[in-house]
Amino acid sequence: MRVVRVIPCLDVDAGRVVKGVRFAGLRDAGDPVELAARYDAEGADEIVFYDITASAEGRETMFEVVSRTAEEAFIPLTVGGGVRTLDDARRLLRLGADKVSVNSAAVARPELVTEISGTFGAQCTVVGMDVRRSGPGTWEVYTHGGRVATGIDALGWATRCEQLGAGELVLNSMDRDGTRLGYDLELCRRVVEATGIPVVASGGVGSVAHLVEGAVAGLADAVLAASIFHYGEVTIAEAKAALAAAGVAVRPSVTAAPAR
Amino acid sequence: MAGPFVAVIDYGIGNLRSAEKALCRAGADARLVTRAADVAAAAGVVLPGVGHFGRCSEALLQSGLWGATVDAVSDERPFLGICVGLQLLYESSEEAPGARGLGVFPGQVALLPAGVRRPQMQWNLLAVRPGSRFLAGLEQGTWAYFVHSFAAPVGDETVATCDYGGPVAAAVEAGHVWGAQFHPEKSSTAGLAALANFVEACSCDSPGQAERPRPGEEPRVGARGGREA
Repeated sequence: MRVVRVIPCLDVDAGRVVKGVRFAGLRDAGDPVELAARYDAEGADEIVFYDITASAEGRETMFEVVSRTAEEAFIPLTVGGGVRTLDDARRLLRLGADKVSVNSAAVARPELVTEISGTFGAQCTVVGMDVRRSGPGTWEVYTHGGRVATGIDALGWATRCEQLGAGELVLNSMDRDGTRLGYDLELCRRVVEATGIPVVASGGVGSVAHLVEGAVAGLADAVLAASIFHYGEVTIAEAKAALAAAGVAVRPSVTAAPAR
Repeated sequence: MAGPFVAVIDYGIGNLRSAEKALCRAGADARLVTRAADVAAAAGVVLPGVGHFGRCSEALLQSGLWGATVDAVSDERPFLGICVGLQLLYESSEEAPGARGLGVFPGQVALLPAGVRRPQMQWNLLAVRPGSRFLAGLEQGTWAYFVHSFAAPVGDETVATCDYGGPVAAAVEAGHVWGAQFHPEKSSTAGLAALANFVEACSCDSPGQAERPRPGEEPRVGARGGREA
């Protein structure tokens, strides 16, 4: 049975959540640890922390955040952004991350994927891909938060990552990111069909219908979103209910969807 | 009041902190341990494991904790293997021909069936055999988080399965030796409930110090021989 995961993603800058999160009753809406625990209670299937910190000192804070999260949230945690070396990965995993996501560093040095996978296993080795459509049915890999074009074909890179030892791909459409127009479904489907490892759809979600599309038309194994969850537009329970109504198997949310 | 001392065997692999912290949340005084004496002193022992069967087997040997682990499964203290820690309870794995397991249960760990995406990296529904102590209270509609490409054979010791291209062993239990292919430490409230069952067993079942083998004593179960489950 394929069971689709629903994953809220938190952008973290120097230990603080960047986009405002609107939950009632939070002591500190900027604390990623409290939010992770809240999403666990709401029935999220995993949590992703994406570290957008620029400074080295700020990066240190992320390690502390991961450590505290391990004491408060009991669902899988993926940490991405700024993972450049095997030692970065080792430190995050020791502190309580379940998976580390590499992006630019993997493009610069693909052996990094093999090193992490070979040392800690494919199950904790995620490759994040930022891609843009470059023509009909073709997409190009970008690095450095989508600023640097690499000339690398996205489908080729996806299959290469699987061969290198990645256990999961997070596929972020730079064309759709922030647009609220929905996932790039063709991209997602093509990558799913080209690989045998789980694929997480990311970028562009503006409604619960987009999550359903990602799983049904995009064939994604997991659907990731940020703002619609953080701003309280869609609860995890509502997302799960919509997926289930569309015939997609999901782990039911702990709390039932509120009556409308 | 501090709960029972649960030793989480730290042999240098992956994310052990989550298991430690989840056991603490479930009521244990859980600690990562790297010394055989600490394993011997614990009321209950947890063998986590992620990644590769061969690497975990090798790491356990190199850590010097293989013997203490064998002692822990051979005496009557509660023992819990998680993920590859469960797989290590078997004799061997297709993943690493030649690498040995603890041989508590007979048979070989095998690749998940063809036609499914590997690893299975998702929540799945447990089908629980009634009477399990490990999964007591979780017989109905329990979801658990899995991350694995290989699985133990379904046998007499299997107390839960999930459906992933066919029935896949999700939990084992034979006397005081329990195992979870899923990650209880990552399965939210359901996982914490299963861990609480383990912690309770550690409180109730663990024999007194005098009954345990003293350091240096020959293990009662050979690493390869194994007991018939």
